[in-house]
Amino acid sequence: MIGYILRRFGAAALVLFAISVLVFLIFFATPGVDPAARIAGKNADPATLEQVRASFGFDRPLPVQYLMMMKHLFVTHDLTSFVNRGTLVIPQIVEAIPVTLSLVVGAAVIWMVLGVAMGTLAGAMRGTLIDPLVMLLGVFGVSLPVYWLGEVVNLLTQKQLHDSVFSWVPPLGYAPLSQGVGQWALHLLLPWLTLALLYAGIYARLLRGELAGALNEDYVRTARAKGLSERRVLLRHALRCSLIPIVSLFGLDFGALVGGAALLTEVVFGLPGVGKLTYQALQNLDLPVIMGTVLYAAFFVVLANAVVDVVYARLDPRVRRA
Amino acid sequence: MPEPLLEVRDLRIRFGRFTAVDGLSFALGPGEVLGVVGESGSGKSVSMLAVLGLIRTPGAHVSGNIVFRGRELLGLKDAEMRSVRGREIAMIFQDPMTALTPVYTVGWQIAEQIRAHEKVSARAARDRAVRLLDEVGIPSPERRVDAYPHEFSGGMRQRAVIAMALSCNPALLIADEPTTALDVTTQAQILDLMRRLRADHGSAIVMITHDMGVVSEIADEVLVMYGGRAVERGARRQVFHTPRHPYTWGLLDSVPRVRGPRARRLPAIPGAPGAAERGCPFADRCAHRFAPCDEAPPLTPTGDPGHLDACWLPEDRRRTR
Repeated sequence: MIGYILRRFGAAALVLFAISVLVFLIFFATPGVDPAARIAGKNADPATLEQVRASFGFDRPLPVQYLMMMKHLFVTHDLTSFVNRGTLVIPQIVEAIPVTLSLVVGAAVIWMVLGVAMGTLAGAMRGTLIDPLVMLLGVFGVSLPVYWLGEVVNLLTQKQLHDSVFSWVPPLGYAPLSQGVGQWALHLLLPWLTLALLYAGIYARLLRGELAGALNEDYVRTARAKGLSERRVLLRHALRCSLIPIVSLFGLDFGALVGGAALLTEVVFGLPGVGKLTYQALQNLDLPVIMGTVLYAAFFVVLANAVVDVVYARLDPRVRRA
Repeated sequence: MPEPLLEVRDLRIRFGRFTAVDGLSFALGPGEVLGVVGESGSGKSVSMLAVLGLIRTPGAHVSGNIVFRGRELLGLKDAEMRSVRGREIAMIFQDPMTALTPVYTVGWQIAEQIRAHEKVSARAARDRAVRLLDEVGIPSPERRVDAYPHEFSGGMRQRAVIAMALSCNPALLIADEPTTALDVTTQAQILDLMRRLRADHGSAIVMITHDMGVVSEIADEVLVMYGGRAVERGARRQVFHTPRHPYTWGLLDSVPRVRGPRARRLPAIPGAPGAAERGCPFADRCAHRFAPCDEAPPLTPTGDPGHLDACWLPEDRRRTR
């Protein structure tokens, strides 16, 4: 198992390296683009351009350029934004990370609990009215787009009903953990629920299907013939095996969300996270920032995938030797 | 006959409008081996699932009597039924490849059954799992107890499943085609194992199969089923040497003979499996069909004592082998 984990993370490091090379090539070795002008910022004077060119090694071979770029990104942290000259890229991202992480981790906990509970309930209650009801609720969650649901939630909690039922809802925005866990959670509660609703629906439907399949498996019949309780058969045998594909999907979703896919939720609820940062950078074609966030996103997607594979191996012994 | 271990009387199983088992009756003494033979859809597996109360299809309707050790099993509460399942009656299924939960070790799964029925420590249950695996012929059981099902071959998995079934010393073991999914050499080993275990543990066995060869190897009594009904019942010698029902003739003819001239083609039973709408269930495929077959024949003793069959054919038209 330890060997497997080491191998897996070794592979992940390799993938990250490949991504960084690819991103570098796309941004700085694409013909027809002067990377120095991109980095020096809008309307930079020739002297500055020359200085950037020297400091990033744009007059030297590509491998050297790559290494110098990585040095600016990861060692000296002095890559600056192209639009807002003087604003450093890395601190911006570092500031945005906790916001995105808080949002996604909280939502993930909610949707996993909700999705697994709903999926198990529907899967175990097949043939009764509960199953279609729970699944209908799931479709409902899947069909509500975050940007619409988020705006409706805001409309109700910030405006229409803010003076009565929802007077406890704080204004939009993020409260860091340093202001206390209570404030932090209160600010994030509605974003969490909004983001989680979509995923809970997807996961509930997927799990129900898996569980329905597992309950028809021979091993479940064996477990029943052993004289185990229906509850144990359901949870320890059928559900345990059905969770395997759920975990792999979770890893992908979680990685993508932390990598910036929670953008809509962040924008709607005014959370200054990585998604929002990327969104702004894209609007201004702010290449240094985009490169920073792309590498950051890649890091989380790859990391999440590696973690999932390790958890997967823990859940499914058949994978371990592969 | 002493008090039977299991007595099934007039068992009927319906799924909606479809009748899967239609008035099945048989009895089984302690330590006996009953071979239940029939082709797919004859109702052999489903009637045994009914004995364990494992028919869970919505709309299924089971009636009749299933008396085990003097206790009616049909209509027992689920919690009471659970203490019978796995402890007093164990069941082995056809496909050992899928019969074990893939994510737990073999030893864990055996221990789980032991601990479901007896208050023993995890350590003791595991030790017993090792002994059981040793008993069913798994090499180096102390190591194999921690292996996962996918690390076992088909034959080893079936051995592990048998070890699990025997873990609580059941009085009755129901084996649903335990050798069908295995290659011939492994089949012989598993049958050997079951014979030995029967001698050691004294469990009665119900062996469900469509393989006459398997029945002739292991059964004391034979029950032949067709279309949800018992068509012939008797001691193994009686059924194999003086078969009385045309369906049994067909089944026995379909087995190649070792001695005598070699048949160019094995005779087949014409038609497709399935019971006739009314009357004798086998009538549509029977070469000996005549007027009385429009009414279903009862299972009656027409031959030697203890040998029953459900056929209207008069004695002079019965065939002797």
